[in-house]
Amino acid sequence: MSNKEQLQNEELQQNNTSFEENYVDENILAESSSKFKLFVKKFMKRKTAVIGFVIIVFLILMAIFGPYLAPQDPTAYDYSNMYARPSAEHWFGTDNYGRDIFSRILAGAPLTLGVALSSVIVGTIIGTILGLLAGYYGGWIEMLVMRGSDVLFSFPDILLAIAIVALLGPGIINVFIAVAVFTVPSIARMMRSATLAVKSSLYVEVAQSLGCKDARILFLHIFPGTTQTLIVNFTMRIGSAIMAASGLSFLGFGANVSDPEWGAMLSQSRSYLGTAPHMLYFPGLVIFVTVLAFNLFGDGLRDTLDPKIK
Amino acid sequence: MEKILSLKNVSKTFPVGKTLLGKPINFVHAVNNVSFDVYEGETFSIVGESGCGKSTTGRLINHLLTPDSGEIWFKGKDISKLTQDEMRPLRKDMQMIFQDPAGSLNPRMRVCELIEEPLLIHTDLNKEERMKIVNELLGIVGLSAKHAQRYPHEFSGGQKQRIGIARALTVNPSLIIADEPISALDVSIQAQVLNLLHNLQEKYNLTYVFISHDLSVVEMISDRIAVMYLGFVVETAPKDLLYKNPLHPYTEALLSAVPIPDPSHHKERIILEGDIPSTINLPKGCPFAARCSKCKPECLETRPETKEIEPGHFVACHLY
Repeated sequence: MSNKEQLQNEELQQNNTSFEENYVDENILAESSSKFKLFVKKFMKRKTAVIGFVIIVFLILMAIFGPYLAPQDPTAYDYSNMYARPSAEHWFGTDNYGRDIFSRILAGAPLTLGVALSSVIVGTIIGTILGLLAGYYGGWIEMLVMRGSDVLFSFPDILLAIAIVALLGPGIINVFIAVAVFTVPSIARMMRSATLAVKSSLYVEVAQSLGCKDARILFLHIFPGTTQTLIVNFTMRIGSAIMAASGLSFLGFGANVSDPEWGAMLSQSRSYLGTAPHMLYFPGLVIFVTVLAFNLFGDGLRDTLDPKIK
Repeated sequence: MEKILSLKNVSKTFPVGKTLLGKPINFVHAVNNVSFDVYEGETFSIVGESGCGKSTTGRLINHLLTPDSGEIWFKGKDISKLTQDEMRPLRKDMQMIFQDPAGSLNPRMRVCELIEEPLLIHTDLNKEERMKIVNELLGIVGLSAKHAQRYPHEFSGGQKQRIGIARALTVNPSLIIADEPISALDVSIQAQVLNLLHNLQEKYNLTYVFISHDLSVVEMISDRIAVMYLGFVVETAPKDLLYKNPLHPYTEALLSAVPIPDPSHHKERIILEGDIPSTINLPKGCPFAARCSKCKPECLETRPETKEIEPGHFVACHLY
């Protein structure tokens, strides 16, 4: 490098430093270099999301250890103690067969959460891939995915699930498949529109101009731009998946009626609303808290993943 | 000097609207029969008003769009009909800087990731070597290595454009297409970025295709200039010839609109009347005929051929 060039460069750098120094917070990234640490730090600022996360962790622990922690046998009948109100012995009371509701809720956690979560995860993965491909490539792929979704959309969710279970036969695995299938079209449609929005942004064109391959553009440039919408929709779907799985169980297509499953418990207690409302309250409350926790967590996650929000 | 880029009768249309059967109703003629050559090491500017097809021309050269007809020769190869896969290796030699510095940087990637991306695509360097180049380039464009871990939104417009420039330089391109690189920036920052571009050109022997609507900027930076109107190149000339002796009436009108920072200077401003004709139904004759003060009957009937009036000075006008 000649002297003259060096001088020019130095001059340039000096010009810059004067106007850049005062507006970026030097400490933001000075210490922690790992992305994960930053993410945690930012996430912890969102109190409601942290509450949601804590509840979700609690629910997952409950799903793993719940059945072993149940104070009483969740399937034991006790005809001398039917419809008992909450007490020291039965924290959440007993149901129409005298079974301990608290134990049933603990014992039902793995089944209810497992089916809902796994089916939504599988459905979301398939829907995301289909939506990304449809939005990015357009043409016949888009036509196929979108018209297929339209067909699935023309059935009400629960009816579609019933149809699938009727086709495959009852059983918890088939409920899982049914819920996964009806998660796919809504996620695919949502992902397609999100993909279209991101695809039209300048930085995707830039990526193309740099020479990125399709896969790199799709997964590195477009997909991260859609994650916010995806996460929010994903968490919403968990709520409706819990409801759908429960509804199917109630209709006799899924979990055995005597199995401790939150939705089945809820549906079962419907007839006793007037005489023993606690039978409805507790499973209902647990479902409500579960859905709320996932929503709060989803909102927090969305804000955390947005680099523009501090 | 050697030709690095050559456009021959390049045209591009975009479909508008659709009939029930999915056939387009009309076509917007964005670029019509454009021809020019760009020589190694020079700055070739394309000027014109909004919607005259200058950005489309830039995207055609960069193969983000493919022309409907015509040829684009880059380093002795016709790239106009290549697929994206065939084009990929050539992109190493041809990078683009975009108008909107904020929009051209993926907000979810750190500066170091943004700048190293061309290296990931075009080279096999390892992480350490890539970071060395990134840090070096950050220094060259007037930022520093400590900025590498930041996200684009933490920078000002001028700094973002510097990041964009650094990214374009990573793979040592010979041609840089700068699509209005400074029009989104403050005037004070514009000068800095222009100086940077100028210094880089000297240092790396870069060739620029500089797209702009700002005539005073173009006068400062260019070697040769093409004036576009309605998708046609109406005049091409070396800078000095064009500014001293504009031949096409449209160029004259454009130049008369450049403000001169001298209150006592009284100038004759040529005010154009009427609107730009529709790009869907192009005028039959000269594209500028409807607004031209020197319009003759034949201007309305036939398209003027491009003629070389003096060495290097081309104009498409019936007056000459």
